[in-house]
Amino acid sequence: MIGDADIEKTPAASDSALSSEKMQTIGLSAWFGEKRALKNISLTIKTNSVTAIIGPSGCGKSTFVRCLNRMHELVPGARMSGRVLLDGRDIYKRDVDPVLIRRRVGMVFQKPNPFPTMSIYDNVAAGLRLTGVKRGKSLDDIVRQSLEQATLWDEVKDDLKKPGTSISGGQQQRLCIARAIALQPEVILMDEPCSALDPTATAKIEELIVSLKQNYTVVIVTHNMQQAARVSDFTAFLYLGELIEYGSTKDMFENPTSEITEKYITGKFG
Amino acid sequence: MTSYTYRKFKNRLFFVLCLGCVIIAVVPLVSILFEVIARGAPQLSLQFLTQPPQPPSLPGQPAGGIGPAIQGTLILIVLTSLIGIPIGVMSGVFLAEYGNNKYAAVTRTINDVLTEFPSIVVGITVFLAVVLSLGHFSPIAGAVALSFILIPIVARTTEESLKLVPNSTREASLALGVRRWRTIVSVVLPEAGSGLVTGSLLAVARIAGETAPLIMTILGSQYFFQGFNQPMDALPLRIWRDVTSPYPSQIAQGWGAALVLILVVLSLNIGVRVATARRSNGAHARLGEIRK
Repeated sequence: MIGDADIEKTPAASDSALSSEKMQTIGLSAWFGEKRALKNISLTIKTNSVTAIIGPSGCGKSTFVRCLNRMHELVPGARMSGRVLLDGRDIYKRDVDPVLIRRRVGMVFQKPNPFPTMSIYDNVAAGLRLTGVKRGKSLDDIVRQSLEQATLWDEVKDDLKKPGTSISGGQQQRLCIARAIALQPEVILMDEPCSALDPTATAKIEELIVSLKQNYTVVIVTHNMQQAARVSDFTAFLYLGELIEYGSTKDMFENPTSEITEKYITGKFG
Repeated sequence: MTSYTYRKFKNRLFFVLCLGCVIIAVVPLVSILFEVIARGAPQLSLQFLTQPPQPPSLPGQPAGGIGPAIQGTLILIVLTSLIGIPIGVMSGVFLAEYGNNKYAAVTRTINDVLTEFPSIVVGITVFLAVVLSLGHFSPIAGAVALSFILIPIVARTTEESLKLVPNSTREASLALGVRRWRTIVSVVLPEAGSGLVTGSLLAVARIAGETAPLIMTILGSQYFFQGFNQPMDALPLRIWRDVTSPYPSQIAQGWGAALVLILVVLSLNIGVRVATARRSNGAHARLGEIRK
């Protein structure tokens, strides 16, 4: 259990209610070899909300979300300290299997990365098949539902047997979102999901992100401040590995408390 | 001569030198091929390909064939592939996917040494280890010896083709909560598929022509396959025995056998081309070039 003192230390939005906290980091630091990428980050992520992580390149945004599903530790020489809670339980405890955490906390990457040897259908089914969760008829339903939720079904329903890499970049990214959704995760992490896409495809993904928060908790890394303003409920601003400011997106963009935040969101650097 | 024409001349000279060297390199290859075809082609007939060898005969009389040698080589290819390819592929997986430690570094070095190991030494080793302990020459011993030559090649080509699979593919799978072994087997290996096929075919082509390791393991034979505890024939052995014999009819058969062996190796190489062409992935094709 976490003590109340721990929670009070986090610079969470003022209207925080304890029951609505999906994830929480407490004093999270991360390293790549000798290089420290994150310094003592404490923040809470609310259930069924979209939280945006913004900041200039190299500020540790990606590292932060990769700590939330234990992908960070896969990089040779990477390590972390501090605590990351999912529903109040530390996912870095010794007896926790990182593989099971990754099934609860899904991820979408910067570059669309559908499995090139698999069809569209198999890409969506991959998570369930390869984790041995589901087989057979119900798989068809899950694939369909996932593609529908990812607003891709109508575009690919006649081409499910085609390779996952045969569709456009924006469609591939929605395919990757469908692939993540198929496992019914609780949290979906998105690491700059639109940075490789054109404006039209970006608009589609943004719409999708907003609709996803009904069922999931979404954390999105973005270097595009307008995007953060459009899709997110809460925004965290990271700078040189430190959490500079965290609060509701509206407050942050209209009334930043820190001078660096103001400079960044008004485009003076970054 | 002005400096402009002199520079142009140097440019041409360099090109001509390169071209000359290519010709020097190609002439022996073409002349070998020409010689083998000229002397071997007249030997080719259904009887030559399917009959067992006969005792030396006078010119004009039937001289039997190399059926057992062809059969033996095919048996060796299958047995060696069954033993060697799984071990080689798994070693390559270890090197590429779990290879970030000192054990892998040592393995990689040993592997590189093994790739260039004198094959006669492999033959002697297997003679001592397998032939003497089992008490007889056998196709098994031959396949074990050839496996020692095949494994390091397959391991290395597997490692190289797995490294060509982008890390984003692995991360995509791991982020779905798929276990490491499952990610490797179901996601990474299929993506490296054509590279694995290329590496395996090239390694098989290499062992199909090996002679030295077979002398002390399968010994050679006049007969078709007699069982897994009996000596067996193979094309390189047949060539060696025929061509070193004093009888013109046997020497002629040796040329025929040489042509057949070259055709076997050539068809494996064409197989590599087909396998790499299926995916227009230049990287895999290049890998094939390097491994030769």
